[in-house]
Amino acid sequence: MSVNVNQLAASKAKGKRPRYFQSAEAERTLNIAMVLAQELAVARERIDTLERLLEANGTLRRQDIDSFMPSASQAVERGEWTAAFIARVLRVVQQEIESIGEQKSLAATVEDLRQEEKLP
Amino acid sequence: MSERSYAGPPDYRAVSRHGVFPDVSHDEAARFNFLAHLNRHLATEVLPGVKRAYDSRVLPKLTAELGRAPAHRREVRAAMRDEPIYQLWSALRRATMEQRQQAGRALVLRQLGELNARAAALNANADTLKLDLELKLPRYIEGVDHHLMPGSYHTEVVADDVSAAANYDAGIFATTGGGLGRLNDGAGAALVSWLSQHAADFKPARILDLGAGLGHNTLPIAALFPEAQVIAVDVAAPMLRYGHARAKSLGVNNVQFVQANVESLDFPDGHFDFIYSTMFLHETSFSALPRVLAEVKRLLAPGGRSLHLEQPQYTEDMDVYEQFIRDWDAFNNNEPFWTTMHELDLPKIAQAVGHQAAEIVESGAAAVLDPQLFPAAALAPTAPLAAEDYGRKAAWYAFGTRAA
Repeated sequence: MSVNVNQLAASKAKGKRPRYFQSAEAERTLNIAMVLAQELAVARERIDTLERLLEANGTLRRQDIDSFMPSASQAVERGEWTAAFIARVLRVVQQEIESIGEQKSLAATVEDLRQEEKLP
Repeated sequence: MSERSYAGPPDYRAVSRHGVFPDVSHDEAARFNFLAHLNRHLATEVLPGVKRAYDSRVLPKLTAELGRAPAHRREVRAAMRDEPIYQLWSALRRATMEQRQQAGRALVLRQLGELNARAAALNANADTLKLDLELKLPRYIEGVDHHLMPGSYHTEVVADDVSAAANYDAGIFATTGGGLGRLNDGAGAALVSWLSQHAADFKPARILDLGAGLGHNTLPIAALFPEAQVIAVDVAAPMLRYGHARAKSLGVNNVQFVQANVESLDFPDGHFDFIYSTMFLHETSFSALPRVLAEVKRLLAPGGRSLHLEQPQYTEDMDVYEQFIRDWDAFNNNEPFWTTMHELDLPKIAQAVGHQAAEIVESGAAAVLDPQLFPAAALAPTAPLAAEDYGRKAAWYAFGTRAA
């Protein structure tokens, strides 16, 4: 079984995405910024967890962080994390590409369904 | 801030883990924590600003243009389209829904094989899981990715898949900020509480949950009536596989999970004493809804009851601005029937399918916040927790019937 998790997790839901701003560029940038804000909060929470655990155990020396050298397999794990991170941050770009050549607006679908069902 | 005065959403890690609940890493939980807090912030800090902008900038101009106050939410929606604070709130709320999908799908898909194997092991040789993989999906399910779930409830990434359900289950605690409880079964719990208040002597022997999904709101009813035979029906096989495995792992054995379309079910007339649904009718359609209610009428035994929970209807008493905000999901969160369903006269439809007016029940039901998740609310249970996150609140309009 081979599933592209990064891409599939960021899939677009059916229906043309609503526009909220006059500027499509502003819209895109806001969405990227909000994911960055999320990831900053995630990193902050993880650091907080670490600091509290290490403080409790008395095991951390700051110079060990600065001199840390990842092994080959550790470097691969970190690389995979970074790739997944970028796929998350640039989700809105992926979805803009996925929507090329698509699709009616959700309002048009609502209208279609109403007409199909002979609503007044 | 002290633990007791904290009124924010609970840490995601408080969610209950059952036998098919996906593994959630530190950072995946933190991603959900951010989204729960962002939703809370948007509801309590930004949405009141949208109302201020409406009252101070939009409503006076619109009233002058119309020569009267706006009479319909459509007029409000058209006027609000260019309001910058509304644009920002709406764009941010859309972003939280999309980020929630990405977060849930990413954590589920990385463990897809393991999750499907766990579900298969719990479901092995069970005669209480009845799938019909040839079932034709209704167009209102097949054509819409509900609340921005890519592939909706039914799409299978691989054979024998539960990922759609696992994603739904993993994320709902974040979307609702824990308001539905640790097992996300607040609507089921609200039904249990409603029955104890309004029908304490009611002891149904056969119970049907329509559009039950993964059975969040089936199991509280099954636990309330342990002697009853409970049938949970849904069109989506991933939801039923996952729901059945979840029920097994939680030790609930009186529920059958059945794949079928509730517009036309293979049970004899008068088979059920209690038929209910939670947040289901709005995911059907204008033509399907009367067929569903007619099927409920056919299947109800003499003396039986039906009850459906939904977000509040757009009645004449509801301000057009509130209707407009509540209608956001229809146009921004892939709920195409939401807008029509909430303006329908459901009692009239129930009468059109054969119920007497005296049989109609209209009421309200609400979940009780878990005091362990919300210690501040436990100390002051009557105080409002926060400004309302419209469409997400764990309090519902209850509509149904009882035999006259």
